[in-house]
Amino acid sequence: MFAALDPILLARIQFGFTVSFHFIFPSFSIGLASYLAVLEALWLRTQDDAYLDLFKFWLKIFAVAFAMGVVSGIVMSYQFGTNWAVFSDKTGPVLGPLMAYEVLTAFFLEAGFLGVMLFGMEKVGKKLHFAATCMVALGTFISAFWILSANSWMQTPQGYAVNAAGQFVPGGDWLAIIFNPSFPYRLVHTVTGAYLTTALAVGAVGAWHLLRDQNNRFARIMFSMAMGMIAVVAPLQIAAGDTQGLNTLEHQPAKVMAMEGHFQSHKEGAPLILFGLPNQRDQRVDYAVEIPKLSSLILKHDANAPLAGLDTIARDKQPPVPVVFWSFRVMVGLGFAMLGLALWALYARLRGRLFAWSWLHRAALVMGPSGFVAVIAGWITTEVGRQPYTVYGLLQTAQSASPLAAPAVGASLAAFVLVYFAVFGVGTWYILKLMNEGVHVDEPDLGDAPIRTAGVTPALQVQRQGQPA
Amino acid sequence: MNYDLATIWAGLIAFAVFAYVVLDGFDLGIGILFPRFARGPERDQAMNAIAPVWDGNETWLILGGGGLFAAFPLAYAIILPALYPPIIAMLLGLIFRGVAFEFRWRDPAHQPFWDTAFTTGSTVAAFAQGVTLGALLQGITVAGRAYGGGWLDWLTPFTVLTGLSVVVGYALLGACWLIVKTEGETERHAYALARVLGALTIVAIIAVSGATPFLAHSYVQRWFTFPGVLITAQVPLLVAIVSVLFWRALAAHRRIAPFGLALVLFALSFIGLGISMFPYIIPRSVTIWQAAAPEASQAFMLVGAGIMLPIILAYTAWSYWVFRGKVGEGYH
Repeated sequence: MFAALDPILLARIQFGFTVSFHFIFPSFSIGLASYLAVLEALWLRTQDDAYLDLFKFWLKIFAVAFAMGVVSGIVMSYQFGTNWAVFSDKTGPVLGPLMAYEVLTAFFLEAGFLGVMLFGMEKVGKKLHFAATCMVALGTFISAFWILSANSWMQTPQGYAVNAAGQFVPGGDWLAIIFNPSFPYRLVHTVTGAYLTTALAVGAVGAWHLLRDQNNRFARIMFSMAMGMIAVVAPLQIAAGDTQGLNTLEHQPAKVMAMEGHFQSHKEGAPLILFGLPNQRDQRVDYAVEIPKLSSLILKHDANAPLAGLDTIARDKQPPVPVVFWSFRVMVGLGFAMLGLALWALYARLRGRLFAWSWLHRAALVMGPSGFVAVIAGWITTEVGRQPYTVYGLLQTAQSASPLAAPAVGASLAAFVLVYFAVFGVGTWYILKLMNEGVHVDEPDLGDAPIRTAGVTPALQVQRQGQPA
Repeated sequence: MNYDLATIWAGLIAFAVFAYVVLDGFDLGIGILFPRFARGPERDQAMNAIAPVWDGNETWLILGGGGLFAAFPLAYAIILPALYPPIIAMLLGLIFRGVAFEFRWRDPAHQPFWDTAFTTGSTVAAFAQGVTLGALLQGITVAGRAYGGGWLDWLTPFTVLTGLSVVVGYALLGACWLIVKTEGETERHAYALARVLGALTIVAIIAVSGATPFLAHSYVQRWFTFPGVLITAQVPLLVAIVSVLFWRALAAHRRIAPFGLALVLFALSFIGLGISMFPYIIPRSVTIWQAAAPEASQAFMLVGAGIMLPIILAYTAWSYWVFRGKVGEGYH
């Protein structure tokens, strides 16, 4: 049934699908782990049990999101080999150690302390429990560090040599490999994106419950914290995105050309194309709405600076422009919408209407999923934008794949699509259900989750579930 | 120097795989045995016996896979495409198994569904791991630096046998872990299951050991000529001794000894495997030195592994210590 299809195309779709799905969960759990650490710290410092209830509420959501992140992440660590064997053989000596360090310094840390974080409060006491929460949060950050270093090396490879077998091997300085040119920018932009995503989700949950009851204290705390966080992080994120764009212009100019829709080179100031329909076949943007010279001003800080276009890149070395062009606009558009929400909330706070302005709450609710969309759009921009290469400029995607038969890849792709939508769809539904239920006074220990501590019987747990919220 | 590093890394990956097999082995085993326990407190106790630790246990699988990618990229690049269907099946199985831990509590109305997903996922993952082992032993077609066979080459009676054997072996570990962690009806049940599964595991070990020499002449040579025979000859004897001790421990209703002795059975099988394979990483085709990443890569990782592995083992042990004792205490 799949025999007529190109196995490389199927493998690309499969990898893109599984990595995009996976990326949703860590971009939530990185921020949420830190938020949990902050809530627990506030509880320990103020002794205000509201923070403990909030902690326990978000812990239940974290447990579900984290489980989905773990199981979708294991798939990634094996897909390099199953679908991209040539890539694995060639890059293993450079990328393998980075991933091994991720496992050794991050995955074990998260997993080792997760059990205590989820179920150990009564067994180890408050302080050790807080330490475990911090370890999990630290683990999520270290994990981002290594995997983004590996990803960045593929985008801006340096510090390597090529051996007789055609493998990329370390050139002698591991710091050059780890801290490759795009890594610091990508790390800041991605991790900030994760914090922003989490803040928007927390803010939406607060807003949802404020719309029901403006005096709900838990909702007020969540909403206030989230809007404050967004006010700080959204402008930072826009600045971080700008610097990553400049870095990309330096190292992967073709990606920026695709983002901007610049098929033509401009000798005296390139226009900023706001919207239009990129037409890669004819190498132009149809119906373009543009602002003259603004692109040069943004990218070169000089309105008249010359800017090269895709006419300087061979057709078979160009990334798919429409995908990159649109995903970039989705990300940037949402980024400014987040900034708008933050400013609105700031204004409401100054006017003393933060908890009373229901249109603000509705807006925050609508913006709840926007972080996830922006993160995925950004990911698509950077990953599609570096095509047709897996290792930028050195190893083409078409030369990276495993010698696989189309039926095997097609069948597994179909299985992944079915399983991911079913399983992670249901998991997301459970998360939404928990969010809808809201925080209760004396929030039970991980509620009706698999409790291992004494005295809580499953019968009680089921009964609790049956009670009206 | 490079030779030593490759051997050290082969040892470290073998350690990671063995840690995975015994740790996630009992998790998956409990999943496999789940339908044998009554709904309600029995199943909840069984689930609670592993809920705080399964994630850490599974991480050893990522270290095994990631370590192979990093230390022996050529082997990783050949083995995974060769075993494409069982690897994908294992990953999908692990997805269902992993989410079931949380989902079954989130949605009591659909708990039977997630319990079935837990069992199916665990069984599929265990079977696929057994098939992977069998396929590796029977040999993989290599062409240049890539896999050279078809996408169903792995499927033979031998790999089905190894798949079933691993399912049985994991179930034994699961039953023994439940003896350690549960009480009351669940515990009695686990003792009964351990007796049957112990017998089945011995049968499986004999069957796989009996079939392996027929796969290739090199196995016969390795097992029955000097110096390999010095070790091979001990293995059946030790298996026999351990089996006797195992049944005596069950009969005496010892709490931890059955699990410990089951571990020894696994370790003996693992040593047998090592004798059969070393120094090949893909039997009869690729040695660990041919597959090894350059010295600079292996040395860089060895620094990290040397520092981190003791720390990991320490906090993992601490986590097990925190959740020591029977999970059922306090139910009544």
